[in-house]
Amino acid sequence: MTTPPAVAPGDLLPPLELPPLTRATLALYAGGSGDHIPLHIDSDFARAAGHRDVFMHGMLGAAFLARVLTGWASQECLLEFQVRFQAITWPGEVLVATGTVEAVDDAGAATVAVELRTVAGETKITGRAVIDFTRIPGSS
Amino acid sequence: MIDRSIIGFSWGHWEVDIEVGRLRLLAKAMGETRPIYTDVAAARAAGYRSLIAPPTFAFCLLADSPVGSGYLADVGIPIAEVLHGEQHFTYHQLMCAGDRVRVTRQVADCYEKKGGALGFVVLESRITFAADDSLIATGRQVMVHRRRP
Repeated sequence: MTTPPAVAPGDLLPPLELPPLTRATLALYAGGSGDHIPLHIDSDFARAAGHRDVFMHGMLGAAFLARVLTGWASQECLLEFQVRFQAITWPGEVLVATGTVEAVDDAGAATVAVELRTVAGETKITGRAVIDFTRIPGSS
Repeated sequence: MIDRSIIGFSWGHWEVDIEVGRLRLLAKAMGETRPIYTDVAAARAAGYRSLIAPPTFAFCLLADSPVGSGYLADVGIPIAEVLHGEQHFTYHQLMCAGDRVRVTRQVADCYEKKGGALGFVVLESRITFAADDSLIATGRQVMVHRRRP
């Protein structure tokens, strides 16, 4: 049995500072995820669709937020994770993924607000997760 | 006008074998370097069956549907006009490389906003182990049809 860490509302999770987004990363994500929608990997298609360029898969941004969560608590502890995509992310943008504890219930489950934003401060994704530290790591 | 008759439509189920190579490629794309996500021996040493599939892998399994991204056309959204609005997951068990899982997805709702300029389709999915149908995760996906004028 692991001892839950002392967690309190207002605690900041260690943030994740990402390198500038590249088209190469989008291509790798398309391959690994299986999401081959051309808006993310084919500039010609994206422009014909009225976008200025290819843009990031929303779920890649969600994956960055999930890294913040699983870097803080073992993945078994993650009960719920939800995201709302607020703005499109373009190649070259520099992102920071953050998490803040909003609440801790009597059973020890923490609600965490997550946000993916640019270093310039534009919000790209907001979301929320529920983490239960009583789920035992390594028991899968 | 949005076609509400799509509510309840289901693509049936499909099964996916979770592969080490796919999880490693996904980890590379995400910038994930921790050994439980990238190194099978390290994951086993940590007590797991194999590499752990990251939380968002529950969405990747939807791409493995026999229709692929064709599900968007099935609900009336042209690929050139789609945006992902929201994604929700609940998790019950971890998935690891080597697991065979079963996936289902169906249309839960659809509606319009801004006088029809934006269409919304809500899809619900469910992932279970193929061997015993025990629940791994559920998903709720909101896709946005941003109609071009």
